[in-house]
Amino acid sequence: MAAITSKRGPSLNPLDSLKNKVGLPYLLLLPGMFWLLLFFLAPILTLVSTSTKVPGAGIGEFIQVHRWANYWDALSAMHTQFIRSFIYATLATLLALAIAYPLAYAIAFKSGKWKNVLLVLVVAPFFCSFILRTLAWRQILAQDGFLFKILQFFHLVNSSTQLTASTLAVITGLSYNFLPFMTLPLYASLERIDPRTMEAAGDLYANGFTTFRKVTVPLSMPGVVAGTLLTWIPAAGDFVNAQILGNPNTTMIGNVINAQYLQTTNYPLAATLSFILMLAILAIVLVYIRRAGTEELV
Amino acid sequence: MSDASTSAKGDLQLKNITKTYGDFNAVDDLTLTIPEGSFFALLGPSGCGKTTTLRMIAGLDEPTTGSIYIGSTDITYEKPYRRPVNTVFQNYALFPHLTIFENVAFGLRRRGIKDVKEQVDKVLQLVELPHLAERKPTQLSGGQQQRIAVARAIVNRPALLLLDEPLGALDLKLRRQMQIELKWIQTEVGLTFVHVTHDQEEAMTMADTIAVMNEGRIEQMGTPADLYDNPKTAFVANFLGQSNLIQGTVVDTEGENLVVDLFGQKVRVQKNRSVAKDSSVLFGIRPEKIRIQADSHTQSGCVLEGGTISDVSYIGVSTQYQVEMPWGQELMVFEQNDDGIPPLDKGDRVKLSWEPIFSFALNGHEDATAGSEVNPEEE
Repeated sequence: MAAITSKRGPSLNPLDSLKNKVGLPYLLLLPGMFWLLLFFLAPILTLVSTSTKVPGAGIGEFIQVHRWANYWDALSAMHTQFIRSFIYATLATLLALAIAYPLAYAIAFKSGKWKNVLLVLVVAPFFCSFILRTLAWRQILAQDGFLFKILQFFHLVNSSTQLTASTLAVITGLSYNFLPFMTLPLYASLERIDPRTMEAAGDLYANGFTTFRKVTVPLSMPGVVAGTLLTWIPAAGDFVNAQILGNPNTTMIGNVINAQYLQTTNYPLAATLSFILMLAILAIVLVYIRRAGTEELV
Repeated sequence: MSDASTSAKGDLQLKNITKTYGDFNAVDDLTLTIPEGSFFALLGPSGCGKTTTLRMIAGLDEPTTGSIYIGSTDITYEKPYRRPVNTVFQNYALFPHLTIFENVAFGLRRRGIKDVKEQVDKVLQLVELPHLAERKPTQLSGGQQQRIAVARAIVNRPALLLLDEPLGALDLKLRRQMQIELKWIQTEVGLTFVHVTHDQEEAMTMADTIAVMNEGRIEQMGTPADLYDNPKTAFVANFLGQSNLIQGTVVDTEGENLVVDLFGQKVRVQKNRSVAKDSSVLFGIRPEKIRIQADSHTQSGCVLEGGTISDVSYIGVSTQYQVEMPWGQELMVFEQNDDGIPPLDKGDRVKLSWEPIFSFALNGHEDATAGSEVNPEEE
């Protein structure tokens, strides 16, 4: 051993010695760890610390008194907005699933040479700003818009109906904005299904609908779970749709947090609400994943 | 679901089946009867139309023209799930999200059969894998998945079981074992098996009857021995085993034999083993039927003289010789290593001889290399 070391001579490369001490895997983890420390752990700690403060004497001055009762106060004041957010997010997710599943199915199995074009079209809305697209919906749903005129023609609405500034507008807005996040994972998991398993189901006396129910849907569950999570999580915390397409009665928790931070500058309340929202989403997602039982799939 | 089509029984009949893709005829006016209870093989190189034929029988594709009957029931346009036909797919296509038990039970449950557990247990016993019932397909080896695919199909007792290259994904040793097992299962359950393969050995080991397919048509049909001993076309002669096909001319008749001139040397072939339409023939003799000896020996039977050994490969059970004939053609000779005489050497001058009953004669206007250049392993 000694002979070998002496032959090679002392290492001139400082990375060499570092590699030998801590190992290359840890070295490669370093940038990621640093990133998480700086942009995840530090803000969370700041958030928790802010959440237990109370307003001080001056404006924008807060004193740390470790008042955990802030959480109870925030919940009792804002539980309506919390519940509303989760209901809106759930409805928007279900609507997005209902639209995205047939779309993803068609792209995966029926689109032939148009597959890539359709996939680009699914992602195409991202080329335009999120805010701008949401504002466009206000134009589309407006009383002098063409959609309203068409619905009026079929007597589905009358001149007193308000499509904008409504619950419906907020929910459809959420569905629309997160549709690609639902479609892409669904497409990915449908596309991975061996079409011969569907032929086999047909061969084994299952008609089209039974094949879909017993083979296609179970095999696409990883995509359903991924898609619903990617839609539901951002939808639950969203404030843009409720702000642009809603009214005071459609306020979501994201709007409250936004207002508390930027308008009222009640940082402790905003921090408390943010932290509650985060924990609630985490808890709901954990229960959902456990119930969906995706770990058993494939 | 106990209507006429799902309970149809009897021989499978294909009547004038044609399947066209664009201007390409994948299957070309195919007419075929497969008797109930037989083990039938469709054998041919890839692209010969055998898998297309199978898919039309299963109902996964529709024929462009023609009709398919089981017994007297027309099933040509019947949905796959309404046919008394089950398929063992090439890569098994087991349901990855279901246990082995539920995979096998799938067809029974769809038809609302009562004693599912009993029947599934019985068929798992038959394929000797009852201990794997609660596993998922991905936890099984290739050979086990193959047997489950067979079990999933035969548990339904279809009138017809289709096997699409069922052993293609297995290694050679396992393939041999499964060939014997499949044959045994077929005898045990007594169903009609239609087996599609490009592997001539697989077809010959298992099938009672083989139809050799080429370019969407059936070249020849018969028992394995019949096809091997009496090939009717150059394609069959070359695709099933190997053949030496030599261009020749019929010059005379001697009783039951035709006298054929092969580049100046006279040989004989039985009249009833010739399918030639005129005096131009392809004279055929299998490599293992030929005796090879040094030029000085005197020999009986048909003799071809003036050969030179151009290549020798010793492969244990036999020695394979390539012999260059005076007219430039290379002939194959397989010699059993059973006489204790050391193999001949490259460059030796030799005589070839054989018993006249082994030779056959084909239409001399055929391409002598048809079927020998296709690579049967190519998929």
